Amino acid sequence: MSPIRAALLGTLGIASLLVAGTPERPAAGEPGDQAAVRIDNFNFTPPTLVVAPGTTVTWTNADDSPHTVREKDGKFKSAALDTDDTFSQTFAALGEYEYFCSIHPRMVGKIVVQPVKPAS
Amino acid sequence: MADRDDKDLLGAANMNRRGLLKCMGWTGTGVVWTLSGGIPRTLGLIGEASAAETQAGDLTFLQISDSHVGFDKPANPNALGTFQEAIAKINAMPTQPAFIIHTGDITHLSKDKEFDDADQAMKALKPPVHVIPGEHDVADADNGKLYLDRYGKGTNGKGWYSFDVGGVHFIALINVFNFEPGFKSAGLAKLGDEQLEWMEKDVKGLAASTPVVVFAHLPLWTIYQEWGWGTEDAPRALGYLKRFGSVTVLNGHIHQIQQKVEGNVSLYTARSTAFPQPAPGSAPAPGPMKVPAERLHSVLGVRTVNYVRGNSPLAVVETPLGA
Repeated sequence: MSPIRAALLGTLGIASLLVAGTPERPAAGEPGDQAAVRIDNFNFTPPTLVVAPGTTVTWTNADDSPHTVREKDGKFKSAALDTDDTFSQTFAALGEYEYFCSIHPRMVGKIVVQPVKPAS
Repeated sequence: MADRDDKDLLGAANMNRRGLLKCMGWTGTGVVWTLSGGIPRTLGLIGEASAAETQAGDLTFLQISDSHVGFDKPANPNALGTFQEAIAKINAMPTQPAFIIHTGDITHLSKDKEFDDADQAMKALKPPVHVIPGEHDVADADNGKLYLDRYGKGTNGKGWYSFDVGGVHFIALINVFNFEPGFKSAGLAKLGDEQLEWMEKDVKGLAASTPVVVFAHLPLWTIYQEWGWGTEDAPRALGYLKRFGSVTVLNGHIHQIQQKVEGNVSLYTARSTAFPQPAPGSAPAPGPMKVPAERLHSVLGVRTVNYVRGNSPLAVVETPLGA
């Protein structure tokens, strides 16, 4: 990511979702960054989540209806999540991951994995 | 396909049908239907005409749907229990149907234990049981492996099949594997090219006079796009059936009775044996609808369909669990 784009993201407040961490950081002994998506009222919230590489995203189903989390090309997929069930996925590679609920396919969301802003 | 519903041709029939359906919705009373030339007409309420119309030699089969075994939320704390009740009701019928079709959402969460419980319950049924999956049956992380391991033997592609009983051709279609995620679409179901090609071949050799009955979990017509209650490529499937004189489509998924007539095709959705869902657009989202406990049994039910040989009308009978 260009510094300009990173700065723009910062001004949009998205950087606040990024916890300090770089892909180069040794895995041993370091807990990964965490981020959360809430499934509520047939929506993924936030619908687009921007995270740093290595972040583990956890989805929690707060609905009475079961939902699934399924990347559109099958890169990751959960089993059916009942109320309060969770599903976690760690994002190592940069990229955009569009996902949906296979039970209610109108429910869609996106995870954007971007490098963190370089330390100045 | 030209939509000939609503106006002119069927105006009067529709008025009756709508009025009666409204009545059914409120009272939970079943209505006996016959289909003649694609136009349904009622024979009266259950108990007035009912299964007494069934003659020896007629073909009767039965549809159950959306049992959601494993569901235990307030809308029905014991979905396995109401499924077992429906099965006991079927077993108590004086004339047993030729077979039973379960039009999907057998389980709630595609769990092994739920499939086991459902299987165990259905073992009590005397006639053969055919099944197709709902989206709740293929929600395991392996995209339907559990369902197909259990029910996919002897079927085509991802579980679809056809069979003939008593001169009627039955086609079991599957529209829960190819959802178009709603990134750009409405999130409607899809049958997919492979299945559609199979279906075209499947009906090719049949005489146009053969009555055809099609099963699929999601409706083969778009009932409410905003909730994904429809099948995007259903028009292609129904196109293959245009030349047939009598086509009946039986669906589940929406947990309530809706119906539509398009030319020679009559389409119906069935009640669930587990819980009702809101009428299209009447709530922010679809999902289990809680009704007072004493009303629950009046909004659950099973459906029998009767085919009288020779003059080929199909009588569709709705029986609420509370009847």
